[in-house]
Amino acid sequence: MMDGSSFRLKHAGQALRHDSALKHATGEARFLDDMPEPAGLLHAALVLSPLAHGRLDALDTQAAGAMPGVVRIITPQDIPGENDIAPIATGEVMLAEQMVEHHGQALAIVVAQTRDEALRAAAAVTAAITPLPPVLSIEEGLAREAWIIKPQTMVAGDAAAALEAAPHRLSGEFRAGGQEHFYLEGQIALAIPGEEEEMLVHSSTQHPTEVQHIVARVLGVPYHRVTVQCRRMGGAFGGKESNASWIAAAAALAARLTGRPVKLRLPRRADMAATGKRHPFLYRWKVGFDDAGRLLGLDALLAGDGGHSVDMSGGVVFRALTHALNCYGVPAHRITACAVKTNHVSNTAFRGFGGPQGALLMEEVLHAVAAHLGRDVDQVREANFASRTPYGQELDPSLTRRVLAEAKQDAGWEAKRAEIAAFNAAHPTLRRGLGSFVCAFGISFGIVHLNQAGALVHVYTDGSIRLAHGGTEMGQGLFIKVAQVVAEVFSVPVESVGLSATSTAEIPNTSATAASTGSDLNGWAAHAAATTLRERMAEVAAQHFGCPVEEVVFEDGQIFPGGAGSNKRLTFGELAKLCWKARVSLSATGFYKTPDIHWDATALKGEPFHYFTYGAAVAEVLLDTLTGEHRCLSAHLVQDCGRSLNPAIDLGQIEGAFVQGMGWLTTEELWWDGQGRQRTLGPSTYKIPGSRDVPPVLHTRLLAGSAGRARTLFRSKAVGEPPLLLATAVVNALRDAAGLVHLDLPATPERLLLNLKAIKSGP
Amino acid sequence: MNDQIRLVLNGAPRTLPPHQSPTTTLLDWLRAEGLTGAKEGCAEGDCGACTVVLEGADGARTPVNACLCVLGQLHGRAIRTVEGLGPQHTVPRALAEADATQCGFCTPGIVMSAWAHTREGGDPHEALAGNLCRCTGYRPILDAMARMQDDGAAPPAPMVPDSAKFGGFHLPASLDEALALRAVRPEALVLMGGTDLGLRFSEHREHPAQVLCLLNVAEMRGVEVRPTGLRIGAAASYAEWLRACRADAAWAPLVPYLARLGSRQIRGLGTVAGNLGTASPIGDALPVLLALGAVVEVAQLRGVRHIPVGEFLTGYRRNALVPEELIVAIHLPRPPEGAFLAAEKLSRRHDQDISAVSLAALITFEDGVVREARLAFGGMDATARRCAPAEAALRGRPLDDGALAGAGQALDFAPMADWRGSAEFRMEAARGLLRRLALRHAGLPAEIFA
Repeated sequence: MMDGSSFRLKHAGQALRHDSALKHATGEARFLDDMPEPAGLLHAALVLSPLAHGRLDALDTQAAGAMPGVVRIITPQDIPGENDIAPIATGEVMLAEQMVEHHGQALAIVVAQTRDEALRAAAAVTAAITPLPPVLSIEEGLAREAWIIKPQTMVAGDAAAALEAAPHRLSGEFRAGGQEHFYLEGQIALAIPGEEEEMLVHSSTQHPTEVQHIVARVLGVPYHRVTVQCRRMGGAFGGKESNASWIAAAAALAARLTGRPVKLRLPRRADMAATGKRHPFLYRWKVGFDDAGRLLGLDALLAGDGGHSVDMSGGVVFRALTHALNCYGVPAHRITACAVKTNHVSNTAFRGFGGPQGALLMEEVLHAVAAHLGRDVDQVREANFASRTPYGQELDPSLTRRVLAEAKQDAGWEAKRAEIAAFNAAHPTLRRGLGSFVCAFGISFGIVHLNQAGALVHVYTDGSIRLAHGGTEMGQGLFIKVAQVVAEVFSVPVESVGLSATSTAEIPNTSATAASTGSDLNGWAAHAAATTLRERMAEVAAQHFGCPVEEVVFEDGQIFPGGAGSNKRLTFGELAKLCWKARVSLSATGFYKTPDIHWDATALKGEPFHYFTYGAAVAEVLLDTLTGEHRCLSAHLVQDCGRSLNPAIDLGQIEGAFVQGMGWLTTEELWWDGQGRQRTLGPSTYKIPGSRDVPPVLHTRLLAGSAGRARTLFRSKAVGEPPLLLATAVVNALRDAAGLVHLDLPATPERLLLNLKAIKSGP
Repeated sequence: MNDQIRLVLNGAPRTLPPHQSPTTTLLDWLRAEGLTGAKEGCAEGDCGACTVVLEGADGARTPVNACLCVLGQLHGRAIRTVEGLGPQHTVPRALAEADATQCGFCTPGIVMSAWAHTREGGDPHEALAGNLCRCTGYRPILDAMARMQDDGAAPPAPMVPDSAKFGGFHLPASLDEALALRAVRPEALVLMGGTDLGLRFSEHREHPAQVLCLLNVAEMRGVEVRPTGLRIGAAASYAEWLRACRADAAWAPLVPYLARLGSRQIRGLGTVAGNLGTASPIGDALPVLLALGAVVEVAQLRGVRHIPVGEFLTGYRRNALVPEELIVAIHLPRPPEGAFLAAEKLSRRHDQDISAVSLAALITFEDGVVREARLAFGGMDATARRCAPAEAALRGRPLDDGALAGAGQALDFAPMADWRGSAEFRMEAARGLLRRLALRHAGLPAEIFA
């Protein structure tokens, strides 16, 4: 069996370039808005709420309806199916009915001949809203017990008693902000109505199946009437899971009601106002510990801002909770996680999905303990590494130690410490700092049944192969990785594997391309499909060669009997043609489900993850104590990718995730005014990292010789989300530079400067 | 008089049909023409996914945001898009080979910024400041750029900027013509590079009936170096001003500051006069003009006025222009010999960000102590302005940390609070920027990106 733990790989494992790289660079790669437009196309635009909370008394569409080019204005009464776009729960409206719940909520859809006409008319629709006081903070949501996701508590031992008995006790409270995905390609869908209520939807989505379901629900048709396609996205990062679905449903609704193709492309401001973001979190903690820095008791609360509806908050809370202790253990603990309802846009999936937020807890706790004891934080880390998670799943502390040690070694930790001390002693106002971070990130969807995937492989009679699977391409290199897997199975050049757009018509009932599972799940499914075909083809070859089927060798595009003395050979194409003549099917589906995972959602126990991936980082920063400005001077990252399916792609994922994480933790701040109106609605006010923000020394390494222990694809490990957490090292370096333990995030110049001022003026 | 827009696209001369709206953005037009390489990522000139290059007859390559340009202002210009490089070109190939694309949506814009950079040179971060990538973390893009070379492609033939009119879009070539138009069309939108007003086209999808675009007015073009200082024509771009500062050591303290103003794309189109014309409260140039005592030359048919910039700015988005007047030029006096000139900016992101607080200082000395200090702040009030109490606090003292900390205590601002910072932060940061002057004056490393 080619599980790859010892098998020599020829195609999988190679550092191949992204399949579309050159097409991206020449502008030939077609994104949805670049596709030729169908005849009779109409354009849609959304009417968005100008207020955060209120009773929707009336919508005045008269003036807008009379504007040039306007074909139709769609309100909730026009929906033939259900006005419900909830991905997991129920009762989440696409268009507001009686209540407005957040600034930027969709109220109506305007359809017009041109996009400009639709946008102008949408701006002319006025809403009569009786304002109600909005809930705008997690604190207020907690006080009102307005749960989106009720508090769930992981308990071990008696935390209160352990805290009471501990030689030292500390407590704290801090906040982490949300994050806008800022995919460069905004939300977009093109819906083309067909015969008998058919609807073909081109959608920039991570989850074609969910788009299919939501479109069908809104239109009131069976799933088989709706086909959803996606060739590529211009970035997604979790923002094109549930949010892509309702954008597509709005386009499909307009197409159904007008009988014409409709495109809905959100302007950036509308995209940032109307679609969800990473959940902000509030943390409150109490810790008890001994002189050696061993944690004895921990009582902690992690409260997320769910926004106005459930969306996928349950999964985010699950992951925050399961990652709250990260790779550390506390014998007695009581850890509660929840999400509160506020009048913010409904927060959603974002790379890491609550994991990065969860892992922040222990960083403040460990730094507080280290500062209190006058110890180095890495000593405190070492004193608390765990071999089991609080919910009972095994960790590998040897890998935790190894990645951290290697990151520190790569960074030249000791020498850097001395260098920094000398610099800080010499300069009047600039301060350098050094920080470390290590984490264990669990891989699998938190909901067990989502861990499944399908693939469809055709071999044509010229030997070319067409590959389809349920995963979507958002830039992460999934298509090339899965193609490498298929090339490996058939031992043909990867160029003979033709890629195709993801379509619900080819692969049904798929899961989102999310949770870092894209290549694990779809790669295995494609592996299964290709293996089925290879076995069928081997039978035909065996007959042709007159040898036992076990002796048939597929190697470098040639098929031959492995036994000595024969010089018979077939090319892959010749064998394909032979199979066709022998009337053997050259098309196969493949299916995969992740083995051995289970979770008891009541007891909060189980083994919900197929495996953990380990990563560590060391970051060095420079801080201007006069202004609070700072930059990362160097970062050394070590990430465990098992036996990487494609080191070039994985390297790009690690670097990109790290920089995106830096943005979340340092420069990217969502700002609402006192009325709950979001005021950071474009790149002029919402600042993601630019090229100069990337550390001039960015040293990234895949952990060597660490083939996965679980039965993963060729012993590889997932890479999409985990390295985002490595940016936490930058926050820790800022703590070091500023001499702070407590730091609300993002660590903007303002937060650093005002914290420094508070220290200076004393308690 | 021309009545059809003529331009050169990817080396081929094009004459647009007479019915072509002159206020259609370049991006919309290109994409409708089937050139979909340039993409809309934000429609506000910040993300760079729509970057194309204006090719100068002198070989210069100016990257611009196609979302902010309208066709009328491009009359007589040569434009190159990613399609005009072709799949064999070394710039796109270098990016592909360096694994510098992931989702690829930003890539055509990055290709065009990089292609301009291969000719213009300089700091690669400066070249990329106007291009956002959300996937790669930029490291492979920078690696690819380090390996690129100028393709040596010949510039397009020069086109003489002539007077033109496309319906209600006026493109005068002389000051007399511009003033005459202004006199009869006081309601016309006065357009320079469009980096601020262009949002009305790109984001608000407006098509104003009357536009007076002054980019081709001969008397307004260029930056002239005079013994007394710089004459910055109203139609001269920030890029031209920056180039003049780079060429003369007296202006060296302004270089890092101006290089952070917008991006190459924004500086290639945007003008100082445009900032004064819209009286933006956050224009980064304004504190510099105030500290140096710049004078704004304005004209109407009846005559010319010279207005000190401090009097020109009369309030939030208000200035001293009367309806028939146009800004002709800004006169920037050369700093006196031995004076200390500094410009400081604090923003959330170093590049391509609007400042939360900015400070420009011009300080002269006598016997080792401050004779006169001119301290102008941006972001601290409804408009950029000088701070007399802080200036007075420095007079007669050596320019050291103690004196500057004292000046910080004398600040007479009650700043606003918004997404760029709270009032408390702005005050504290303004004090910090003042204290930074001591480090600069002493020749010490003074900031994190030094």
